[in-house]
Amino acid sequence: MFEQLEGSRAVAKTVARCRPAVIAAYPISPQTHIVEALSDFVRTGELPGCEYLMVESEFGAMSACIGASGVGARTYTATASQGLLFMAEALFNASGLGLPIVMTVANRAIGSPINIWNDQSDSMSQRDAGWVQLFATSNQEAVDLHVQAFVLAERLSLPVMVCMDGFVLTHAVEAVDLPEQAQIDAFLPPFAPRQHLDSRDPITIGSMVGPEAFTEVRYLMHDQQLAALDELPRISQDFESVFGRDTGGLVRPYRTEDADVIVVALGSVLGGVNEVVDALREDGVAAGSLGITCFRPWPAEAVRAAIGPARQVVVVERAFAPGVGAIVGQDVRHALRSAPGDGPAVYDVVAGLGGRPVTRASLRGLLDDVVAERLDPHELHFLDLDHELLERAGTPWRRTS
Amino acid sequence: MTDLKLYQVGTFAAGNRLVDLELRSVQAHADRANSITSGHRACQGCGEALGARYVLDAAMRAAGGDVVVANATGCLEVFSTPYPESSWQVAWLHSLFGNAPAVAAGMAAGLRALGRETRVVGQGGDGGTVDIGFGCLSGMFERNDDVLYVCYDNQGYMNTGVQRSGATPPAARTANTAPLGPEPGNAFGQGKSAPLIAMAHEIPYVATATVADLRDLERKVEKAMSIRGARYLHVLVPCPLGWAAASSDTIRLARLATESGIFPVFEAEYGEVTAATPIRRPVPVDEYLRLQGRFAHLFGKHARPDLVARIQAAADRNIVRFGLVEAEPRTGS
Ligand SMILES: Cc1ncc(C[n+]2csc(CCOP(=O)(O)OP(=O)(O)O)c2C)c(N)n1
Ligand code: SF4
Ligand SMILES: [Mg+2]
Repeated sequence: MFEQLEGSRAVAKTVARCRPAVIAAYPISPQTHIVEALSDFVRTGELPGCEYLMVESEFGAMSACIGASGVGARTYTATASQGLLFMAEALFNASGLGLPIVMTVANRAIGSPINIWNDQSDSMSQRDAGWVQLFATSNQEAVDLHVQAFVLAERLSLPVMVCMDGFVLTHAVEAVDLPEQAQIDAFLPPFAPRQHLDSRDPITIGSMVGPEAFTEVRYLMHDQQLAALDELPRISQDFESVFGRDTGGLVRPYRTEDADVIVVALGSVLGGVNEVVDALREDGVAAGSLGITCFRPWPAEAVRAAIGPARQVVVVERAFAPGVGAIVGQDVRHALRSAPGDGPAVYDVVAGLGGRPVTRASLRGLLDDVVAERLDPHELHFLDLDHELLERAGTPWRRTS
Repeated sequence: MTDLKLYQVGTFAAGNRLVDLELRSVQAHADRANSITSGHRACQGCGEALGARYVLDAAMRAAGGDVVVANATGCLEVFSTPYPESSWQVAWLHSLFGNAPAVAAGMAAGLRALGRETRVVGQGGDGGTVDIGFGCLSGMFERNDDVLYVCYDNQGYMNTGVQRSGATPPAARTANTAPLGPEPGNAFGQGKSAPLIAMAHEIPYVATATVADLRDLERKVEKAMSIRGARYLHVLVPCPLGWAAASSDTIRLARLATESGIFPVFEAEYGEVTAATPIRRPVPVDEYLRLQGRFAHLFGKHARPDLVARIQAAADRNIVRFGLVEAEPRTGS
């Protein structure tokens, strides 16, 4: 049923319908509306049988999730930014233990300087934490991905992060088709943990592993991650047959079939990107876009297939690795390493940091420069970089444009 | 024989066999639970291994075997689970160094949501408890989560090679508090009494114990298990390696720590002390300190009686504060 809802509330309602047994969360903008709504649902009985733990920190939140999941309870939390970093040690632990915790990350910049606005530096910083990372382009997709996240997590015994852009999505009110309780119940079976603590059959979880087996344990974890590349498309197909919505699976190609130039991006920026793609097409430029829904594990094959014979690839990312450059761009190059010939020129563009809007005009300007080959594919580019501000700060800017 | 107390480690020791069956320690029974079984890698005379065995066996007994355990990183975790082996005969999970109280709280929440009656024990060393895990511990107390949390206090980060913790006593030598300078060893500070801080949360039950009085330890675990909500048990567990003491002195050291007043043994409910174990034979701290290499620099050639006096003053303060020495000496037994 379509409802006019704030993104956070839509996600909270959907998560509640996934019937988590334990929620442990700590407030941080822009995640707050999600967990506030959930704590209300627990108090009013709208979410029956759920324990909501108001923990003392995000580290405590993830740790409580580890304990709850360890005894076999379906477990959920949400965070952002500094909170995600505060969880970092426990994130690696949850994935190492193979606990199917589902978490929303309301993507937000990381300080210093402190900034509450949207970019994706937070989840990107935990890229190697062993969590599946799914990125939503809209609130509808955020809702739909949460339902699939529980299925994926529990089938593979892996923790899953659903990333949605802070404020841009979490605080945006739009019409969302909320999955009905009965539909979700049919789609998401009750949690049957692969292994859990049970006093009647006591097992040891989290033992100390030395050099003789550590590599193998980590290898299995990698293997488990890769299994998600097969599982997610299956789940999204099943989802489409039940809910009637195509959520794309691993990637979302848009007008890529015959494209010369393809923009790769994650999250809400894709809406604007696709409008620019349409405008370029109208002007006779064969443009397309590729949204990455599943960032971890990295769907290299799907990315390579979607990019096909395109000549130029522009990776627009809302995060970067200081001192190196692109994060997603490197993964795109990795996906293209076995492409025939020299492969396309890959442009790394950092955009929309700390809440700076990524406007259609800027994107159009960027793509015009790319198509006209005015941009150097060997450099890291910052969209809308304010050179005047840099000059006033007395720092000469180099190697950027 | 009701008032009789025998100091024994509780296995099949001769002393134990002299007591009535119901007064004997759990460990004296052939059908004991043995939650942590033999074969682990603890040092000889490890107080922590002994304490953990008694605590968990008593908890298992009180809960009819229906217990799950969250364990912090530290000696106890490392010596008990060298993959692919495990000493644990209880459902047990190790997550991180600083999160055992939160993991335990999550377990309790999960079990409640699933409608299971299973009881939860969280445990860790003094470092995992009073230092890095303190935020999680305080949160667990404040929410009154249904968890028995046990700190095995060996007064230092033993697992990483004996560095100081917030529970290391003044003047003690550790790997990073060398006997150098005018105040050799660990600095004299205000101390950090986790039991008193636990009491300040007004949780239903707080108790201290040592491995010198295992019956008392078992009784306190039993009592803690009869209560719901957040409970805290702080157990002094001498560490022969970290204290540079003889393996055979573990029990003696724990006893001297209580009899000198250095480690007060008491119980508290909802923030009020309800009982303190009186010192039967008060001893000067000297007797306790001299058995430990970590205090060797206070004695011998460059003896520091002034520092020993400061330690004595702290012990005397405990004796007064907790009323450990009765005005009228008890007669008979
Ligand atoms: C976050 C983190 N910091 C540091 C360590 C290293 N470390 C492991 S155990 C330990 C000390 C344990 O001390 P304690 O809790 O007192 O237990 P003990 O070994 O003395 O029984 C330290 C510092 C770690 N594992 N994790
Ligand atoms: S170092 Fe101390 S605490 Fe660790 S195993 Fe040895 S005696 Fe036990
Ligand atoms: Mg210690």
